Amino acid sequence: MPKKIKLPLTDDVIKDLKSGDDILLSGVLYVARDAAHKKMVEALEQGKPLPFDIKGQTIYYMGPAPAKPGQVIGSAGPTTSGRMDTYAPKLMAVGLKGMIGKGNRAQPVKDAMRQYKAVYFAAIGGAGALISKSIKKAEVVAYDELGAEALRRLEVEGFPATVINDIYGGDLYAEGKAKYQVKA
Amino acid sequence: MKEIKASTITETVARLCQEANFFLPEDTLEALKKARKNEESPQGQQALDRILENAKLAKDEQQAICQDCGVAVVYVEIGQDVHVTGSYLYDAIDEGVRQGYEKGYLRKSMVRQPFSARVNTKDNTPAVIHTEIVPGDKLKISVLPKGGGSENCSRLTVLTPAKGRQGIIDFVVDIVNSSGSNPCPPIIIGVGIGGTTDKTMALAKKALFRKVGEPSSDPEVAELEKELLKQINNLGIGTMGYGGRITALAVHVETFPSHIASLPVAANIQCWCARHKEAIL
Repeated sequence: MPKKIKLPLTDDVIKDLKSGDDILLSGVLYVARDAAHKKMVEALEQGKPLPFDIKGQTIYYMGPAPAKPGQVIGSAGPTTSGRMDTYAPKLMAVGLKGMIGKGNRAQPVKDAMRQYKAVYFAAIGGAGALISKSIKKAEVVAYDELGAEALRRLEVEGFPATVINDIYGGDLYAEGKAKYQVKA
Repeated sequence: MKEIKASTITETVARLCQEANFFLPEDTLEALKKARKNEESPQGQQALDRILENAKLAKDEQQAICQDCGVAVVYVEIGQDVHVTGSYLYDAIDEGVRQGYEKGYLRKSMVRQPFSARVNTKDNTPAVIHTEIVPGDKLKISVLPKGGGSENCSRLTVLTPAKGRQGIIDFVVDIVNSSGSNPCPPIIIGVGIGGTTDKTMALAKKALFRKVGEPSSDPEVAELEKELLKQINNLGIGTMGYGGRITALAVHVETFPSHIASLPVAANIQCWCARHKEAIL
């Protein structure tokens, strides 16, 4: 049975999350990918505030398809997280607690997760239509000019995710592979 | 000489862009169902169930299967007895992409000046167009929306001929191994061997148009495909990288003669969401 987790995350919830956990997320998420990350980190470097209070929040790496009439959002699956690796530790340093995407993270990101007590979840890559059904509200918070890459705030219910990296160094990608690898 | 109106080509491309993004083709679906049957990992099974549920939902609601509606890769086989009238073929295709991506509520992912400004062209043009002149008086259009995540894992190298078959296996298996969960496994690997460097990558891409899992007609090439698939599935990466028996649905290899000095090899990686749609005019 999946664990039901409320967002934003708290340290108490994070300490019970382990790599491989099957999760359903409900609450508030922020959405940002390549271009929005670049802008956020530039703002931090210039001593400017971020467009939202990042403390305790979770960022979903995603750029949605346009909503059809009557839809909250179009298809909305994760993008490859590795492209955000150069930015992620800087955002964890100012309070980011959760990241959702798909794919491998670099060692400095994993180190930052342990240091700042943050977790990394994966959503099913390509399952954009299915995931869009768990998104109940979507609005652009900043960088509207970036289109699909704008910074968004979502309200989700039962968003399916899997814990990849926990705060104890657990890594489902490494553990899963070791379990099923067939040595020649 | 058969005349085909450019406006017909535009309408066809617009329709194919939408259908390819909404309806996962039967061969891909069958390969995913077979993977679900053969997967032992519970997390892999669950992920494949969600992938199949997603495909059904996208079909029922005519919604993009994946939000990454891709670069519109368009292959055109033009019979040498065909004459396109009314406008330039490439303009007609781009207009079809423009209309299809707008009408289908598909994501526009193309950015101009990729090394600097990266400004979105806002209509998913230009398409990446490949043309081939073939005998006859038909015009075949194939649309393959290609996602960025898997395309980014594609690689090309030129081996010394001495490296031979084993060198090719090592190169391709290493690409899949180092890509891990990034390209959205279970993947399909298009492999090009031979020709020049441009030709070998074109072969690798073209290999992705083959029906998923259909072996090469050349027995020696088919044997290489089988060996590559076995070694790739032995990696244990599994669906979405969660660990499992099925990392790839298929390996398709296309070959072409090469220079006496060269053994070029390319691997074009395709995510599980192997979308393609064809029409013959």
